[in-house]
Amino acid sequence: MSMFSHVHPTIDFATLGDRARHASDADVRRILARGRAISLEDFAALLSPAASVHLEALCRLSRAATQKFFGKTIRLFAPIYLSNECVNICRYCGFSRNNDIPRITLPVDHVEREVRLLAARGFRSLLVVAGEHPKYVSNGYVETVLRRLLPIMPSLALELGPLETQDYVPMVRAGAEGLVVYQETYDEPTYRDLHTAGPKKHYAWRMDTPERAYAAGFRRLGIGALYGLADWRYEALSVAAHARHLLRTCWKAQVNISLPRMRPAAGGFAPKFHMSDRELVQTIAAYRLLLPHCGLVLSTREPPDLRDGLVPLGITTMSAGSSTEPGGYGAHFDETTWTPVGEQPGEQFHIADERPPQAIAAMIRGHGYEPVWKDFDQALVSEGEPAELALSPRN
Amino acid sequence: MPNLSATEPLRIADRTFHSRLFVGTGKFSSNEGMRDALRASGTELVTVALKRADLSGGHDPFADILEFLERDRYLVLPNTAGAMNAEEAVRLARLAVAAGLPNWVKLEIHPDPNYLLPDPIETLKAAEILVKEGFVVLPYINADPVLARRLQDVGVATVMPLGSPIGSNRGLETRAQIEIIIEQAQVPVVVDAGIGLPSHAAAALELGADAVLVNTAIAIAADPVAAAEAFAAAVIAGRLAHELGLGGTSARAVATSPLTAFLG
Repeated sequence: MSMFSHVHPTIDFATLGDRARHASDADVRRILARGRAISLEDFAALLSPAASVHLEALCRLSRAATQKFFGKTIRLFAPIYLSNECVNICRYCGFSRNNDIPRITLPVDHVEREVRLLAARGFRSLLVVAGEHPKYVSNGYVETVLRRLLPIMPSLALELGPLETQDYVPMVRAGAEGLVVYQETYDEPTYRDLHTAGPKKHYAWRMDTPERAYAAGFRRLGIGALYGLADWRYEALSVAAHARHLLRTCWKAQVNISLPRMRPAAGGFAPKFHMSDRELVQTIAAYRLLLPHCGLVLSTREPPDLRDGLVPLGITTMSAGSSTEPGGYGAHFDETTWTPVGEQPGEQFHIADERPPQAIAAMIRGHGYEPVWKDFDQALVSEGEPAELALSPRN
Repeated sequence: MPNLSATEPLRIADRTFHSRLFVGTGKFSSNEGMRDALRASGTELVTVALKRADLSGGHDPFADILEFLERDRYLVLPNTAGAMNAEEAVRLARLAVAAGLPNWVKLEIHPDPNYLLPDPIETLKAAEILVKEGFVVLPYINADPVLARRLQDVGVATVMPLGSPIGSNRGLETRAQIEIIIEQAQVPVVVDAGIGLPSHAAAALELGADAVLVNTAIAIAADPVAAAEAFAAAVIAGRLAHELGLGGTSARAVATSPLTAFLG
């Protein structure tokens, strides 16, 4: 089967977009009566203003579908930023190389210290993030970090600049089980306009990253658009099409979808397209009805009230108590209260939910859900060293 | 608590179970709620996903679902959910024993994370290895009678065919195949997955299944304790019906006057 960069242009987004704006009440009622969306056409209808009128019913169905497959549980994870060095110029990103921020790449020992702080808060699942820079994030640095972290963190996912399959293989061998790559925007002209320099310019290369990662052995694939860069309905339709494609082509992988909305960041980019809270909730429920088995991830970009409300509506995974700056946990967090203190000049963006992880876990319990800190064991990783590590006592 | 002595006990390997309801521990809204539901179910066997457990022996408070299981009440059956091939499943099983769990294992190998349908080839491969290593192996399988026989040939302790996909609550969609598996079985048959209603559980036991395993239907019920009680009662009813031979069917009306009266 073709890679998604070949499939995406063949999808009739004009017709789907029209349906996403002008679906009738009867269209929406028919899908709600069935209880699930079975096509991109159905999904488009669920994004429409007509469906917005039925948001409560939509959310009830979303909740039921989510509970059936994922139970009354929410998985928790934290990001750990290794480096904010980046060769790309992306007009909306705080790490963009033309932004004047302090540039940091953490030595491995420093990463481990940061991660031990997170482990003390309960985290057993980590998203390892780095800017795209061949000089700093290369030559086995990531693999060394992963190997160092495995005894502390059983579940490790990566969010790095896209690589070739063969360059991912050592990372899988070193213990990474998930890979996250956001297309940012699926609208190609907008993509070209926003990514003016660096390897990230290559729209199709980025789009096919999940498939290359799957070929290297990653078992969790995360995708998403950054809402605010283009029309949100178009982005949601593209992500849904992408997820459906991955479910067919990368059938052994768990596909997760994130729905990040633009946050204030260095560079002061002002988003042209707004996705309201209500539209975000509607989109989450629509994803759930189309893709009942996909994980839906909610980050600390969103404010507390909204995150609290979304727990029972369809999401499956949340980050908590996050810093988006390399070294931010040790340098800018109060160790007692685990809340950010002062400025974080090297952060990618500023988070909106600053509550500590224990407060998030308590909030999840308050909704009648169980926060799940650990849902992966390194014994599941087939190759080499990670399994040996898993068989030795942990410190 | 249901009257567990109403039906024959079930023997698997060297253990006897008075309850024919096995319960899974995933998807509960809290560990405390899980504990209460397990008690109410009267179960004597609970499965737990090793990927959620702390296998280091360090009693990690953030990663130890095992801490909430009353080990003196239940046989804890570690499962290999998350394993995508035989090698991973075998490694997990070995790790569980090293961490002090029993050498029983519910073998689950499902490479497709969406429908969690079991891989027959890898399951057979792993079963062979684990049986040789002395494990009591309870494999989760599709309702495939030939695979069930192949697994019995390598020495598994039960077979656990699915009624329908995990979490679907759709009941015994594979009924016809399960009937064949039961008919041919030399080991207990435990219907696993898809049991969404007490009537599904009762139907499985009526058919002659030796036990059922229920998770989602109890874990996400509005009242998991009451749901556990309902399933416990249904399993007893279904088993009693099986033991009594109730429900024989006929395509035609059966005459109530004896046809052989003329014989005197």
